[in-house]
Formats: sequence, C-alpha cells, structure tokens
Amino acid sequence: MAGSRTATVTLPTDEEILITRVLDAPRHLVWKAWTTPELVSRWWHAKRGEVTVCEIDLRVGGRWRQVAVTPDGMEVGFHGEYLEIVPGERIVSTEVYEGLWAGVAEEDAATVNTMTLTEEDGGTMLTILVRAPSRAARDAIIESGMEDGLQDALDLLEEVAAAA
Amino acid sequence: MPAMARASTTADVFNAVAEPRRREILDALAGGERPVGDLVAALGLAQPQISKHLRVLREVGAVGVRGDGRQRLYRVNGHALRPIHDWVRRYERAWSERLDRLDDVLEELKRTEAEEGDGDGR
Repeated sequence: MAGSRTATVTLPTDEEILITRVLDAPRHLVWKAWTTPELVSRWWHAKRGEVTVCEIDLRVGGRWRQVAVTPDGMEVGFHGEYLEIVPGERIVSTEVYEGLWAGVAEEDAATVNTMTLTEEDGGTMLTILVRAPSRAARDAIIESGMEDGLQDALDLLEEVAAAA
Repeated sequence: MPAMARASTTADVFNAVAEPRRREILDALAGGERPVGDLVAALGLAQPQISKHLRVLREVGAVGVRGDGRQRLYRVNGHALRPIHDWVRRYERAWSERLDRLDDVLEELKRTEAEEGDGDGR
C-alpha cells in the first residue's frame, strides 16, 4: 500500500508536468482540504516553513496567494487567479512564483494548472496538469522542485533524528 | 528552423529527448530491439528522418545499435536516460511528501465527518 501512495510525475510534453496520486478519501473531503485556507496551510508548505498567508477567493477571476517563511527567514510566495471552477471536481488556475529573477516577466513564468478529482475505488484520483509557457519555464519549475526535494529529505532526516 | 543551432545543443541527453519524435522512437524501442524499418512503420516518418533522429540519440548514448546479419538492430540504453529520471524523481518526491501531509488532513476530516454522523459513505 505504501508504494501506491507515491505521487507519479510525468512530462507529457515539453511544456507540461503531470502529477497524479490516488488519495484514500472521498472526493468531497479532498475538495475541502484543497480549498479551505486553514486546511491548505497545513499541508501545502508543510516542509518549507510556517505559512503566513493563505488566501483563497474561490470564484472565477478570484485570486489566491500563499506565502511561507522558511526556517532561515526566507519568504516563499506564490499567487494566481482562478480561471475555471467546477465545484468538487476541477479547478483551473494560474500560478506564479513571487521570487522570480529581476527582469523575468510574470507571463513568461506563470503556469496554468488544472487540478482534477475523479472517484476511484472508494478513493479519489488527483491529477494536476501544470502547463508552463515554455520548456525553459517548465524545466525551471522542476529544478526548483529539486531543491525542495533535497530540503524535504534533510528536514525529514532531522525529524527522524529528533524523534530517535 | 535553425538547424545549426539545434545541432550544437543536442549534445546532452536532455536536449536529445526534448524532440517529441525522438521520444516516440525511445517509446517504440522500449519493448525491445527493432530494425529501422520497424520504426519507419511505427512512427510514419521517412527513413532518412528516422535515421537522423537515431543518430542524435546514439550520439548521447540513449540508443545503442548492433549488426544482426543484414540488418542493424537499435535498442534503448536506459543507463544514459538515468539523469532525466533522477531529475524528475526529486520533484516527484517533493510532491509525494506534500501529499502525505494532505493524507493526514484527510484522515482527520474523515474522522470528524464520521463523528458528526455525516459519514454516509459518499
């Protein structure tokens, strides 16, 4: 069972990232955990530090913003706009990282993310399709995930060590 | 298309597989060794184009070749593709850990719903 809990990441095209994972919970609860600020702030940035801002204006044209402060004091912020909402099933939104290099325009870095929930064997299949404006932008996102992954691994190691 | 520029950037495996047709060739070879004629049929491209893509893939080590009688058989060299796999895996791990936290939140929501007598098995 533990193996099936790993998120699967594939690169369907040069500009896209597809993340899939089955969650052991009914769809309406996944939707709730995904769209309620108090709940989102408990898992979204969990490993990167303390969430200081989690705003969700869940309507087409509404904005969302999340900011976390890492243990070494760095602010990591993301924001975007909701483009399409099918309650309980689908959210299409933009996402842009607020720490872009000077001179990089938002439109050259913003992704369009499609989050879809489908019922599957009593659980919920979560798929997130991230569409970047270019291959370079897509690759930069994966590179950043690399740092996160490494940081996560170190944090996890600390937790395990502290608990021992 | 700037063919010259492309030629100079295909030196590593990341760039070699950035071309969709070359990924199709790797997919077609994933099932085992195949002669170029099979690839022509599978991808619907002319042989010179297939050969050009195969040459790029061979240059970065993603594809190997051996002679078998009159024909040459091409195969995927998984080892050369490893850096790409590792690259994506780290991103994947970050997501896995994030969603593990989501699992914890969901478990709590399930318990709360059951306690409130709202757990009607939806």
